[in-house]
Amino acid sequence: MIEKILVLEVVLPLLAAPVCVLVRHPRLCRLFSLGVVAVCFAIAVAVLLEVRGGGVISYQLGGWPPPLGIEYRVSTVNAYLLALVTAMALVVMSFDSRGGPPRVPEQRRHLYYAVFLLCISGLLGITITGDAFNIFVFLEISSLSSYILVSLGGHRRAVMSAFYYLVMGTIGGVFFMLGVGLLYQVTGTLNLRDIAARLEPSLDDRGTVLALALLVVGISIKLAVFPLHHWLPNAYSFAPPKVSAFLAATATKVSFYLLAMVLFTIFGAPFVFEELRLQAVLLPLSILAMFLASGAAIFQADLRRLLAYSSVAQIGYMTLGLSTANATGLAGGLVHLFNHAVMKGGLFLVVACLLYRVGSVHIDALAGIGRRMPFTSAALVIGGLSLIGVPGTVGFVSKWYLVSGVLERGWTAAAVLILLSSLLALVYVGKVVEAVYFRKPAETQPIDHVREAPLGMLAPAWVLAVAAVFFGLTTNWTYGVAREAAELLLAGGI
Amino acid sequence: MRPPSRVREMPILRVVARALVPVILLFGLYVQFHGDFGPGGGFQAGVIFAAGLIIFALTFGVEALRQVVSVVLTERLMAAGVLLYGAVGVLAMFLGGEFLNYTALDPLTTGHHGQHLGIIAIELGVGIAVAATIMRVYYAFVGRRPNGDGEPREPALGAEQGGGAS
Repeated sequence: MIEKILVLEVVLPLLAAPVCVLVRHPRLCRLFSLGVVAVCFAIAVAVLLEVRGGGVISYQLGGWPPPLGIEYRVSTVNAYLLALVTAMALVVMSFDSRGGPPRVPEQRRHLYYAVFLLCISGLLGITITGDAFNIFVFLEISSLSSYILVSLGGHRRAVMSAFYYLVMGTIGGVFFMLGVGLLYQVTGTLNLRDIAARLEPSLDDRGTVLALALLVVGISIKLAVFPLHHWLPNAYSFAPPKVSAFLAATATKVSFYLLAMVLFTIFGAPFVFEELRLQAVLLPLSILAMFLASGAAIFQADLRRLLAYSSVAQIGYMTLGLSTANATGLAGGLVHLFNHAVMKGGLFLVVACLLYRVGSVHIDALAGIGRRMPFTSAALVIGGLSLIGVPGTVGFVSKWYLVSGVLERGWTAAAVLILLSSLLALVYVGKVVEAVYFRKPAETQPIDHVREAPLGMLAPAWVLAVAAVFFGLTTNWTYGVAREAAELLLAGGI
Repeated sequence: MRPPSRVREMPILRVVARALVPVILLFGLYVQFHGDFGPGGGFQAGVIFAAGLIIFALTFGVEALRQVVSVVLTERLMAAGVLLYGAVGVLAMFLGGEFLNYTALDPLTTGHHGQHLGIIAIELGVGIAVAATIMRVYYAFVGRRPNGDGEPREPALGAEQGGGAS
């Protein structure tokens, strides 16, 4: 049954968007999109259960058999990502932002939901499809809609950062497109499995190496790998808080999947990591990201910018797991996708609660807020502890497997550096917690009127905070799936 | 910013536009429906159709066009076009095929007619969506104030010259 309706995962949100435009009623649109996302989540979970243990679901669009037609192909790797994206979309959608982003007037609010659904549909499409050009199309759908979402942030600089994001994202998209074009020239096909079967990568083949370079750089811009991350802090800190939560929890994760898929499935681990030795570039960049971005996070005065820089550092952990190219390390990177989505999504939802009640997330403005908003602040602390990697939270699970994978590879220095970078996380999280709980409120900014955030906001934030602890204690589901996905990727499958 | 009234006082433009606009619209429809026999299709037809209406607006004023196709209508048509495309795909699923498998649209014969029907229906969707989108983009441009700051203003440029529908 599930293989008959696999396509609905993408088609439902894609068609729900124009329905929202026709309905034009903001509350109805919100409920409708929430329902659509819930159905997508249900499908994703069913798909994941179906493919676990090595199963594959293939769907031929329009009845055209691959490699000529477009094929949707789901194995454990992308079923994991589908479940992650839809779960985060569901939680963020259920967050009641009480009036939506400030720039959207009531009579145009339905368009906001339409764009949100398009973004979800694009991200799911990138993950589900088995066709290289189709990936590009969905990449553009998700990117264009996320530029719009970022620009709705209300602050004047939101538009500027959305434009900067657009320029960077378009350059990334063009690089990706050129890479796909070269691959098409070399192999004569666009079906991913067909490309992988026909491609015989070697260092003498300039076209293939150039294609790999273009694809890696293009995706790295979208993923915000360290020196290409400049769009991310502004985009995340000026976007509407709900949008930051959604993008932080999903967009970079999907890009990471894309990078892993290109490296392991299309080009294959032996070529990329033994002949070409990509880890010689990827490993230093990951470590630089961990230290420089965490260092930058320490000096941020605004909680959102702090979290955004922390995201860049966390992406460093993921690419570090990728560059080990062994099952433990790659599984560590993949499990960190889920774990980081849970904690950063939760933290950005907490930011949304704080913005709603306090009006600012400048760290000085949050002084003493722990007494006025105890539940919000507690969720903030759980998310923060998870960012550091305290045992009992999801952050610990990721770091455990990352360190194991790095040690398995024999990179002792890198393992030490992972642990040292956690100390930087301790500093920036400590700075926030210190302000929230131990500092007296500034006299210029009285906080006596501040009350606890409403339940519609608090509940989704707490769902993610509880998940951060729950999946920190039980790793069967998250690490189990990630390990299976990592082994599949290393074997060159998809 | 050149006042549109100057354009509207030019008799040659008005006469030529009046003669050309219906032909352009008709040609748009021809490209739309002849698309499966010759060059053409929904995208090109949508662009041509919208271009015809935009020429009408450029000569006779935006207000005149707005009376025919309102801004809200363009938004609705954009969505409706996409929905028509998607609905064909979903209908094929209900009839037992894959998404967008037109053969399933014609279960009685070999499916040859299904392919025909399907492509005509989705190209119609494309045509509607493209035409509406281009007109909406045009409305968005003319709706902005010349100095360029602030929100798009719905009574568009040229409105102060008092309509202009002949």
